[in-house]
Amino acid sequence: MPTFSLVHLEFLGWAALWTLGLSAIAFIGGGLVGFAVALARISPVRGLRWAAIGYIQIVQGTPLLILLFLIYFGIAILGFSEVPALAAAGLGLTIYSSGFLAEIWRGCIQSVPRTQWEAAECLALTPWQRMTRVILPQAARIATAPTVGFLVQIVKNTSLASVVGFVELAQAGKLINNSIFEPFTVFMVVAAIYFAICFPLSTWSRSLERKLNVGRR
Amino acid sequence: MSAVVRLHNVHKSFGSHKVLEGVSFEVGRGEVAAVIGQSGSGKSTALRCINALETIEHGSIDVCGHAVHDPKLDRRSLRRDVGIVFQSYNLFPHLTVEQNIMLAPTCVKALPKAKARELAREVLARVGLEAKAENYPEQLSGGQQQRVAIARSLAMQPKLMLFDEVTSALDPQLTGEVLKVMEDLARGGMTMILVTHEMAFARKVASQVIYMHKGKVWETGPGSMLDAPKTAELASFVGSGL
Amino acid sequence: MTYEFDFSALLPYWREFAWGALLTLQLSALSTVLGFILGTLCAIGRADGPRWVKFLVACYVEVIRNTPLLVQVFIVYFGIATLGIRVSANMAAVIALVVNVGAYTSEIVRAGLESVHKSQLEAADCLGLSRPQIYWHVVLRPAVERVYPALTSQYVLLMLASSITSQISAEELTAVANRIQSDTFRSFETYIVVGVIYLALSFVVRIALGLFGLAVFVRRRKLGTAL
Repeated sequence: MPTFSLVHLEFLGWAALWTLGLSAIAFIGGGLVGFAVALARISPVRGLRWAAIGYIQIVQGTPLLILLFLIYFGIAILGFSEVPALAAAGLGLTIYSSGFLAEIWRGCIQSVPRTQWEAAECLALTPWQRMTRVILPQAARIATAPTVGFLVQIVKNTSLASVVGFVELAQAGKLINNSIFEPFTVFMVVAAIYFAICFPLSTWSRSLERKLNVGRR
Repeated sequence: MSAVVRLHNVHKSFGSHKVLEGVSFEVGRGEVAAVIGQSGSGKSTALRCINALETIEHGSIDVCGHAVHDPKLDRRSLRRDVGIVFQSYNLFPHLTVEQNIMLAPTCVKALPKAKARELAREVLARVGLEAKAENYPEQLSGGQQQRVAIARSLAMQPKLMLFDEVTSALDPQLTGEVLKVMEDLARGGMTMILVTHEMAFARKVASQVIYMHKGKVWETGPGSMLDAPKTAELASFVGSGL
Repeated sequence: MTYEFDFSALLPYWREFAWGALLTLQLSALSTVLGFILGTLCAIGRADGPRWVKFLVACYVEVIRNTPLLVQVFIVYFGIATLGIRVSANMAAVIALVVNVGAYTSEIVRAGLESVHKSQLEAADCLGLSRPQIYWHVVLRPAVERVYPALTSQYVLLMLASSITSQISAEELTAVANRIQSDTFRSFETYIVVGVIYLALSFVVRIALGLFGLAVFVRRRKLGTAL
């Protein structure tokens, strides 16, 4: 019976890179879609606003696992048999991230004081200028900490990508465990790697938050 | 021994900043002592020391037979004898007026609920707020909240009541209703020590005025001492109209 | 695309779906209650405990919040088994969920505790209340009241995250769905239905917690201030 060895550790290391890659895809994709949804959510057009609310409610109200199952089987239905697992997982996590980032960013945009909107309007800035020159720069400062905090959620949730056949850190752990059956060791190492990725992000998010609070005082 | 409170040579500092430098005074049973002085004179700190909210470095404090300076002091038993009312009322926002008052009698004295409720109505009547028993603190004016805070302390039937600038956060018209309650208490024979900015009240109600300056008791005497200050500091303090 | 949707194949399984939903509700209700107790105790320990308690709680919270629930579930289920203790999948699911949500609860409640002003503690202390009495009567209720919306969101997330325990075949909605789809070969339809059920459950949980909050926080109800 083989035991946990360097070979396994190396395998986990590669899998961790895939976890990071998938996280990056989810963050960039989710960020782009989420930003659009956030803007739609506060748009003066009522239809757009309701569509955004509906999207956010559905994404936040269903488990990521179910979303991933739907994408996995949905792709098959659409007749694509050769879609790489990375694309399927990336799509699922993009949708998931966008639903949460949209709501986080909407809150940040709206937390810019009303008077700033009014001041910008009184200066005769166009709505576009108002958004890009006055509101978003301020909102971005507020948004940094919770966004970094959400990155942690994204990294952790990539662990569910195994259900669409993607091998990332958690799935790699499972595969190793199937061959050597040392679950405690294997999953502790897996957890430690996740922790090594997430803890710095959490700490960073917290220090950003503290700085922002100090700056506001 | 008739003194309810006796401070002897009390020293207290926060870090390197000396707040009390040898404070001594006595308050007898049924007496009303008004502690006055500029902010920073140490008067509030002296009051907080009496209730063991601050620990002192040197000297002795005896309150109703408790040696407050003793590290082995039984704080909870001290607090059964001493009631305190704060500038910021400190009512519990999630409890009704009645529940605020009933809390300590039921928790500390294990009074049955019905008894405690009776007691609550009784002390509320004394501060003229029976009608507000079911209200929450945020529904009351500042003056009413402060009167509830007084009632809450009274419900523990303390032997000594401390008042820490209880009217400082109130409008002049609300100040009056609180002072009236305190005056009634004084007339009822309650031993009271109050830190206050209300000179007229001190002059009228206090049996002893204690003027503190730079962490020391600068001058003491009856209320009339405010009309004939012996020291230049008290003269300028009274003259400044504070 | 020639796929024809057929939800009728799932009709005979409505009992199973309902049963699964009920199991999920049970699992999350139990985890929520136990997680709340664990988290609140940890929050108090971290705010007011001796140094070593503070340190332990901080470690617990950080480790849980920075590792995936899925891995935590695996560690509990497979890990405990290697220690020679047999736990059922359901038991492992509850343990993992409680430990997980306890950490999040602890952080949320801690923020609530910090929002209770020191003068409140002082006033209660001066009335002669003991430390436990002060926490119980004066600190905890306003603290939890203040962070109740955050707790509600967290417990909705917990309900949704409980689907992850299907990965060790704990009995709940997603596991039931996995079985139905392999019986009917109507995978997409099955997960659509389950997705809708989860959506409905998240509304139900949100409303139930809202009503519970109104029942517990009497002042909010009487004064009509929003939670």
